Amino acid sequence: MMRAVRIKDHWGEQRLFTGRTVFAGIASALLLLIVIGRLFVLQVVRHEYYADLSQGNRVRLEPLPPDRGLIYDSNGTVIAENTPAYQLEITPEQVVDVPDTLQRLAAIELIDAEQVPTLTRLVRSGRKFEAIPLRLSLSDADMASFSVHQHEFPGVEIQTRLARWYPFGHEAVHALGYVAAISEDDLQHIDRDQYAGSALIGKIGLESAYERQLHGTAGHRQVLVNAQGRRVDRLGTTPVHLETLPPHAGNDIFLGLDMRVQHIAEEALAGKRGAVVAIQPETGDIIALASVPTYDPNKFTRGISTREYSVLRDDIDRPLFNRALRGTYPPGSTVKPMMALAGLQYGVIDPNASRPCHGYYTLPGSTHHYRDWKKDGHGSVDMRHAIATSCDVYFYGLAEVLGIDRVHDALTLLGFGKPTGIDVGGERAGLMPSQAWKMQTYKQQWYPGDTVIVGIGQGYLLATPIQLAHAAAIIAARGRSFQPRLVTAVRDASTGRITKLAPVAETPLVLNDPGMWDVVVQGMEMVTEAGGTAVAATRGAPYRIAAKTGTAQVFSIGQNEKYNASQVSERLRDHALFIAFAPADAPKIAIAVLVENGGHGGSVAAPIARRIFDAYLLGKYDTDTPAPPPALPALPALPPPPTEH
Amino acid sequence: MLLPNTRSQTRRTLTATGWLLRRMHLDGPLLAALAAVVAFGLFVLYSATGENFGQWLNQLERLALALVTLVALAQVPPAWLRRISPLLYAIGVVLLVAVAVHGSVGNGAQRWLDLKVVRFQPSEIMKLAVPMMCAWYLHERPLPPSWRDVAVVMALILVPSLLIAKQPDLGTALLVASAGLLVLFLAGMSTAVIVLGLAAVGAAVPFAWHFMHDYQRQRVLTFIDPSTDPLGAGYHSIQSQIAIGSGGVFGKGWMNGSQAQLEFLPERSTDFIFAVIGEELGLLGQVFLIVLYLIVIGRALYMASEAQNTYARLVCGSFALTFFVYAFVNTGMVSGILPVVGVPLPLVSYGGTAMVTLLASFGVLMSLNSHRKLVGA
Repeated sequence: MMRAVRIKDHWGEQRLFTGRTVFAGIASALLLLIVIGRLFVLQVVRHEYYADLSQGNRVRLEPLPPDRGLIYDSNGTVIAENTPAYQLEITPEQVVDVPDTLQRLAAIELIDAEQVPTLTRLVRSGRKFEAIPLRLSLSDADMASFSVHQHEFPGVEIQTRLARWYPFGHEAVHALGYVAAISEDDLQHIDRDQYAGSALIGKIGLESAYERQLHGTAGHRQVLVNAQGRRVDRLGTTPVHLETLPPHAGNDIFLGLDMRVQHIAEEALAGKRGAVVAIQPETGDIIALASVPTYDPNKFTRGISTREYSVLRDDIDRPLFNRALRGTYPPGSTVKPMMALAGLQYGVIDPNASRPCHGYYTLPGSTHHYRDWKKDGHGSVDMRHAIATSCDVYFYGLAEVLGIDRVHDALTLLGFGKPTGIDVGGERAGLMPSQAWKMQTYKQQWYPGDTVIVGIGQGYLLATPIQLAHAAAIIAARGRSFQPRLVTAVRDASTGRITKLAPVAETPLVLNDPGMWDVVVQGMEMVTEAGGTAVAATRGAPYRIAAKTGTAQVFSIGQNEKYNASQVSERLRDHALFIAFAPADAPKIAIAVLVENGGHGGSVAAPIARRIFDAYLLGKYDTDTPAPPPALPALPALPPPPTEH
Repeated sequence: MLLPNTRSQTRRTLTATGWLLRRMHLDGPLLAALAAVVAFGLFVLYSATGENFGQWLNQLERLALALVTLVALAQVPPAWLRRISPLLYAIGVVLLVAVAVHGSVGNGAQRWLDLKVVRFQPSEIMKLAVPMMCAWYLHERPLPPSWRDVAVVMALILVPSLLIAKQPDLGTALLVASAGLLVLFLAGMSTAVIVLGLAAVGAAVPFAWHFMHDYQRQRVLTFIDPSTDPLGAGYHSIQSQIAIGSGGVFGKGWMNGSQAQLEFLPERSTDFIFAVIGEELGLLGQVFLIVLYLIVIGRALYMASEAQNTYARLVCGSFALTFFVYAFVNTGMVSGILPVVGVPLPLVSYGGTAMVTLLASFGVLMSLNSHRKLVGA
């Protein structure tokens, strides 16, 4: 049997091959058409979708923080300005392990190890794509040590930012306040878009109260980034059009504060604990506001360390405490002119009638002796002399006649017992007692004895230095009252136009007989004349000063004990107080001075006021310690930021 | 006066060119289409490398080498080519084994053989050797091939393909295997066998899955749903589709593709260069290239159908269709209709080996085609 052998059929094979080739050719064309169909879907049907994705890939929004508004004093001197500083920032989304990165930064001493947990929380509460400042002002050494380790810290960068700088350092800090790093708490109540890229926010004082004015409006710009997230300058050959929304700088604010006077005030208080508030009676503008001891706000703007902060916080003299606005003290004898005004307002006393003073006062039906500071008494005094010699017995009696509720109503008109409304926060109300108040607070009725000691500014009555200055200003303006204020004008950053703010008038104190103002003012003038309690401090002044001294007891002494300053511990000594205005006939400045545990108002507080008057009224700015020249911190050179082309 | 003169001059130039091409055993239309693709590729590559002139010159150098190879192979008589096919195949298999035993690892895979003078990938030889060997085997046998012949040819295909897949280089294995299978298809293998074969492949998928490397599995998974791993294995696919889609009809302009220039697009100058074309030159640029490819494929298939003997037909047809497979797999993968496999965009992607192999295959094709008159005479 022959096996069937297949013969090669050349024509058949050729036909078969041609058929397959044609089939393959058509199939190829069809499959490539499918690819084209797919491309059509991507590029035409879904083009917008992918164009958006591509745009999102390459363009990032970089916040442009606004320049913070400046703060000027009444002479146009800048007292809070902006200076460039190098800042260490972290971008959370570019960092794998945030706590680990922070630990390692602490290890090379770029951040405080104790702050790692706080910073970790801060970084976590921020937005992932926004840079968060870790350190606000880097020194030369910090810059050097970071540049050595830079490669170990992806997502951590040095940026040039404007930092706040207070050229006068510690001066006027209790009015200015300070800005500091935005905290986790701040993040809860600010508009994050407005603070994107900003490191600092007003924490206290004017910086906080005028935050909205000073901060400005944030802008942003589009930046081109490559796949590694680095900024690039251009795309291929052509520069790319990127949008920029410029930021608007914050408004500048102008204060009535005169830094030359402020300097005198702080110098005069130096080494003591106390406060000075000086006010223009016709406007309520604050001329000086000092609380001593004080601190350097620049420490806060550059990022205060935990250690530095605890030193300030735990200092027994409490430098962070704003005595001018928050310290409440018994006003002591400085309340006497106001008591006199209350008596005149209610018509319960004839100012010209003399009353006997035997060195003590007793309530009817009581044997308790309310003692006068002058053991043997002042003899016979009318209202003017009672103010001038600070006769306690006279005012014990007056208070008793008025009764606490009328005292309350009259002194409330002079600003006691309520915040003055000064344009910075944190002010305390002090305490203006009344029958209702005592009942509500202690569930006790008011005793006549409580009233008697209020007559000399003791007992329940408490006032802040600014309240005393405010009351002095009302007397100086003969009843007209203006809310104390620091800011007198605002300059709009975009138009450059300065808007002067009108003084805020308050309910005036009206006496039935306006001529009676003269009695009180004359009494206060006699304080600085021969026989007055402040004659030493005011001797030789070419202008007339109306004043009242005060010496407030910190702790009470027994009925028959004699107060002996040298035997009493320094912290339990009397507070020295002084209120005054000058020139007495046309007042330009009203003042309250408080020196904690200073002793006598006439000898300790009055000389401070005198120096301030001389400075403000006579231009005597001679100082023992010249103001430190406003030195800016030197800026180390920054290595160029890495950009790719 | 001038016109007729010019025309005759032109005609004379054309005649002279035609004569030269014939003398060089080169095919004018195919060469022109290839030249167009290569020129377009060089244009795109300059932008895709991020204006890296050094890389661009490298590519030009390899192109010159590839052209020399093309012209040289075109001069080899077809009978010689057929006769050396088994030898070429044998050398290729030996080298593949050598690579498997001690090859150098490049890019995570064992593909390169270092012969001190040159480092090259033996798998590239197989892109030519496998279809040539299959055609050589089928040349003398009656077609359509018998079951036995199909089995033998399948074995000839599988051995090198598996060796290459093992390296692992799935893309090249796929191209080598498809080159061989296309020979079988063109030889007239019965449609029943093809259907059965496809069914077998379908059944083998679970096994293949078992033998796959993790990264290969990941590629398949992310092809099915790229968004499962947008920054990992799905990144290539997502970024290339963003590049293409954002290009639109006219593209963002040469050297202005943000996806490509800002390096969002990975492997922009090699496997994903087609996405750069889409982004910078738009749908028009991509369609232009695909049309050029279709011209190349069409001309090559026409030349195959004109070939004189079985060997020539099968080799030419296989080369033409392998070129299509390159183009289809790459464009399909870049546009997201096929999984990501390491197949370059033919004659455009940066990288010399594929360029040399491809133009060499066209050299063989021209040789087999242009000598037919001599054979017939």
